Amino acid sequence: MAEKVLMKGNEALAESAIRAGCRFFFGYPITPQTELAAYMSKRMPKVGGTYLQAESEIAAINMVYGAASAGARAMTSSSSPGVSLKGEGISYMAGCDLPGVIINVQRGGPGLGGIQPSQSDYWQATRGLGHGDFHMVVFAPSTVQEMADFIFNAFDVADRYRTPVMILADGMLGQMMEPVVLPEAIDPADLPKKPWATDGHKGQREHNITNSLYLTADDLERLNVERYKRYAAIKRDEQRCEQFMTEDADIVLVAFGASSRIARSAVRAAREEGIKAGLLRPITLWPFPTDAIQAVVPTAKAFLTVEMNMGQMVDDVRLAVAGARPVEFYGRTGGVIPTPDEVLGAIRRLADDIAKKGGE
Amino acid sequence: MAQEKEEKIVFQRPHALLPVVTNYCPGCPHGIVNRLVAEAIDELGIEGSTVGIAPVGCSVMAYNFFGCDMIEAAHGRAPAVATGVKRVHPENIVFAYQGDGDLASIGMAETVHAATRGEHITIIFINNAIYGMTGGQMAPTSLPNQVTQTSPYGRDVDTAGYPIRVCEMLSTLDGVAYLERVTVDTPKNVRKAKKAIKKAFQNQVDGVGYSLVEVVSTCPTNWGMTPQAAFDWMRENMLPYYPLGVYKDVVAEGFANAAEAAAARAADCPIANPDGAAAHGAEGGAR
Repeated sequence: MAEKVLMKGNEALAESAIRAGCRFFFGYPITPQTELAAYMSKRMPKVGGTYLQAESEIAAINMVYGAASAGARAMTSSSSPGVSLKGEGISYMAGCDLPGVIINVQRGGPGLGGIQPSQSDYWQATRGLGHGDFHMVVFAPSTVQEMADFIFNAFDVADRYRTPVMILADGMLGQMMEPVVLPEAIDPADLPKKPWATDGHKGQREHNITNSLYLTADDLERLNVERYKRYAAIKRDEQRCEQFMTEDADIVLVAFGASSRIARSAVRAAREEGIKAGLLRPITLWPFPTDAIQAVVPTAKAFLTVEMNMGQMVDDVRLAVAGARPVEFYGRTGGVIPTPDEVLGAIRRLADDIAKKGGE
Repeated sequence: MAQEKEEKIVFQRPHALLPVVTNYCPGCPHGIVNRLVAEAIDELGIEGSTVGIAPVGCSVMAYNFFGCDMIEAAHGRAPAVATGVKRVHPENIVFAYQGDGDLASIGMAETVHAATRGEHITIIFINNAIYGMTGGQMAPTSLPNQVTQTSPYGRDVDTAGYPIRVCEMLSTLDGVAYLERVTVDTPKNVRKAKKAIKKAFQNQVDGVGYSLVEVVSTCPTNWGMTPQAAFDWMRENMLPYYPLGVYKDVVAEGFANAAEAAAARAADCPIANPDGAAAHGAEGGAR
């Protein structure tokens, strides 16, 4: 068993990415993902990798596009405004079926917003960041340990399905320190070969082409339909969530990432008051753990999403619950982190509503 | 057998150019330049290790024309994509084939920064002073008073500013090894262009540094001229604005590569060139 080390979330993401076989990092300075790029600039040269500070977020994602096309595990990291700029490149990666990992250490928005933690890029991440019909797999860590662990999942899923994958973190998870057991390093040379890569045909095969341009509508439709078959497989096989005291819960909180930590404290406090609350924590935001939510609908009386935004994931919970139960939202925005007491207050109000309705 | 006429092939399609129909308009010089690139690849024997990048523009479908591995890139992003490929496989020969709108407008940041990083890549830059693929809009290289779809009264420099001379601008950057502006209007100029393109690839094979060849070209379709009239217009108007010639060649200047030339230029800056400072007898040159 490897020993525990104390690390910042941003640094754990960086170190673990290297351990996952990533040797190519392209980034651009932005708060609050700063430590990630700084760590990469320090470590990559020591492991024979590349740290390149690009001229822009746009260039950085296109460098990932090139490195991914060349067959390497490559990644970029940014925070909200910078991630917006990567939308073009991510759409191209999806259109070319290129694997790659994008980190978003979220901060408040819109516009330049602030530099405090936020979850207001949920829609951006889960609705396909960029133009066109596509999805991106999105992992939402809630601890520094998960920052380290999910980067392995992210690269594996990216390679297996040939899709861009995002780790949706936030300034709180990126900046905080926690003990972490770093995963065992893998040698990039041991990773499965990518016969589709544009790395020079050496006179031994037809030329490989990385491309997303199809001027014949029928061709483009066929390829999009094929890609959506892959998305269907991802939806079937890759939904992940954690459940905490949901078995007998009347009120099921749904929260991801940093806000799930607060929601968990609120659930414990509610239980102490005799309110049967539980927490369902989506780990993959796309595919959304719809199946798990639907499975608790029969025993739940109401749902409450807790988010650090004005209410975004609540849409997906409502889609999953499909009107069978009330779905309420509690959130703070602009970089404000809700307190467990505030969330407990929201749970109490919902419990009162249920009791009143039960008495009517 | 002896009396049979002996046939000798004196001209044929380069191997690196696939036997396919291109999407280029009649009279478009893209076909000539595509061929010159393929000839250079053939002659250097690098098709198997070459990766080409064709970003948005009339040549975006060049991934179907070249026999080497190819990547289609987003508008303007080819130098960034090339950087990604080259960093993963430094032994690959990586080139981007870009138009003026792509390279000098939407992709200017990528162009300048790949050049100043001294990426070991080769850029073939087609400057025909117009956006061809989208139907003839004003480009960053459209000439003053040039009529285009989006400068219907002629490019007014008071409102639209001035064209960019790419070779002149990039020649100020230390990462650059070689810049030459050529054209392909006559057999003689085609031969010169071929030599420049081959050199831009050879430089990459030799690790000399970033190389760019600008081909002053035409767009008969969107200029509304016959191919010959277009070349006449180009000679009359474009060549005085975009003079042909070598704008930088560190090897001709006596350096092994761009890095050596950059170091010489910064010889008096101790932090940039600690070895140079030490050579000058400065104290504390090494840290």
